[in-house]
Amino acid sequence: MKKVYANATEALDGILRDGMLIAAGGFGLCGIPELLLQAIKESGVKDLTFASNNAGVDDFGIGILLQTRQVKKMISSYVGENAEFMRQYLSGELELEFTPQGTLAERMRAGGAGIPGFYTKTGVGTVIAEGKEHKEFNGETYILEEGIFADLAIVKAWKADDTGNLVFRKTARNFNVPAATCGKICVAEVEEIVPRGSLDPDCIHLPGIYVHRVIQGQHEKRIEQRTTRKKEEA
Amino acid sequence: MPWDRNQMAARAAEELEDGMYVNLGIGIPTLVANYVGDKDITLQSENGMLGMGPFPYEGEEDPDLINAGKQTITELPRTAYFDSATSFAMIRGGKIAAAILGAMEVDEKGDLANWMIPGKLVKGMGGAMDLVAGVGRVIVVMDHTNKHGQSKVLKECTLPLTGKGVVDRIITNLGVLDVVEGGLKIVERADGVTEEDMRAATEATIVD
Repeated sequence: MKKVYANATEALDGILRDGMLIAAGGFGLCGIPELLLQAIKESGVKDLTFASNNAGVDDFGIGILLQTRQVKKMISSYVGENAEFMRQYLSGELELEFTPQGTLAERMRAGGAGIPGFYTKTGVGTVIAEGKEHKEFNGETYILEEGIFADLAIVKAWKADDTGNLVFRKTARNFNVPAATCGKICVAEVEEIVPRGSLDPDCIHLPGIYVHRVIQGQHEKRIEQRTTRKKEEA
Repeated sequence: MPWDRNQMAARAAEELEDGMYVNLGIGIPTLVANYVGDKDITLQSENGMLGMGPFPYEGEEDPDLINAGKQTITELPRTAYFDSATSFAMIRGGKIAAAILGAMEVDEKGDLANWMIPGKLVKGMGGAMDLVAGVGRVIVVMDHTNKHGQSKVLKECTLPLTGKGVVDRIITNLGVLDVVEGGLKIVERADGVTEEDMRAATEATIVD
């Protein structure tokens, strides 16, 4: 069981193909698999569908794959920070499936748990519910949402051991856990790979069963909105 | 005098009770955190955190620690982190006592529109639809009228909805209204705002 690869390109070798569905972790630019996205860009693979909460910014995250027109469709809840995304969307070059954030997370979780569909109140009475099955439970209306079964999941964690157990840091966990579980194959990039036995088994956030390949690398970890307070305000 | 942004936030903070877990939206709702006083309130950030702290000091920003508005924040001694599926499970599951959110329009049936203006750039609903469908109580904080003086408190929302029949209470610069059977009930008026002022600025049916 060899899970550790030298770099992002090697970790994706033999996996990428045109038209595939990729689930990506991250929220905004926090906890995004930046090295794997760069390697996907360099591979030239195209017509990709991404299930990802956001679409990055113009020159970082999924944004770099929009610049090269490698993305056909996004399944996202919020795409406001990306001018090139908007241009391609408004010109009809890019498909967009808006999915409420919690529904997107649950669609990934469900896919990973072998659940093809679930009912939720989220979006009832809105455009999101149009065309979806409605069902009443205990007098309340719910809509049917489908699990996401991705061809590939790409995620970013803080630490991994060589068996693929992952530990995340602070709010960088976000979509990485549900995204990882819903991929047929999951590739994780981390800041540090440690030997098995060095992570506390009680503090593993995602067990290695979900993670097939791991790389360690240097991350830029860009901040989208730097907000601070002054010491004297304290 | 109608309330200003800070007075609206302070009034919204009065809705919160000791021990509540609460989600605050972007804009005026964010200011509510400044007015909770001694109450033991835990703020949820739907990207995966309970116990959200203030902005960090300059130089102490952590790219792994942001709120749902993607701003750098800090943690507190009570903080817990979790993934997005868990975060929305607690929202959908009714564990979050209240959400305080901004709005473009609200109507007398409690319908809320705050995510999309047709013909303008659509950024997405983010977690707003999940929040209004799931939390215990939805409190909207917004100006009573738009910049053209037209009411934002309507008989029926004209913009695409975020949720249907989801709003419990509306706090505006003119006062506080509750969504009740048959329309909206005036609960409170800002100092110097008359009932006539309130009715004139409200398109929705006001019931006694």
